[in-house]
Amino acid sequence: MRLLYFGWVRARIGISGETLDPPRNVIDVYSLIDWLKMRGGGYQEALEDPTLIRVAVNQEITTLDTQIHHSDEVALFPPMTGG
Amino acid sequence: MIRVQEKDFDVGLELSRMTENHHEVGAQSVFVGLVRDMANTGKISSMTLEHYPGMTEKQLATIEEEAHKRWSLNDVLIIHRFGILQPGDRIVLVATTSPHRTASLESCQFIIDWLKTKAPFWKLESGPLGEVWVDSQEKDERAAIKWDTEDS
Repeated sequence: MRLLYFGWVRARIGISGETLDPPRNVIDVYSLIDWLKMRGGGYQEALEDPTLIRVAVNQEITTLDTQIHHSDEVALFPPMTGG
Repeated sequence: MIRVQEKDFDVGLELSRMTENHHEVGAQSVFVGLVRDMANTGKISSMTLEHYPGMTEKQLATIEEEAHKRWSLNDVLIIHRFGILQPGDRIVLVATTSPHRTASLESCQFIIDWLKTKAPFWKLESGPLGEVWVDSQEKDERAAIKWDTEDS
């Protein structure tokens, strides 16, 4: 699964993206966040409060209960500040 | 038309290009967003705009399409910059043309309100306290939501 991080999520995790192979019990964005948090360090710090996290799956804004698959591009980031 | 770019843009040139040989246009509205030197944390020295390449273009195209659906417009231009910017630098240009003023004025405001919350950009300010991420503003969320409810 292709993961991308932006804003302070990227800064806290320390990388802008990576390709990972989450276990079978990672079925939606919530469970992905829980799994990433178990990696500790910057992940724990960045994803501590999931209510602050926004998500795009395959470049479409969606919600944390969206189901995800291994072929998806999942981006995690803080609320956007365009304009 | 949408453009996502690092380099600056010439407002006058962009506006002229939109109306050249388009004599059906009766109104053109424009919004230019600039880097302000005052942040909550004091005077900033620079602002870095990070974005999500690929998705940014898709989101801007969606916003442009939505403006065309809601108003009778001749043209829409959105230019959004990324990279390291200094106070006074231009960040964003939104311009709309239409036969009449109301459509161009309203759609211009709509686009900038939507950009604030739907365009995948994140701002990092450098100032007296070091680097600080700009938080999303509740007032920006309300401004964007207003366009959902008014038409429903």
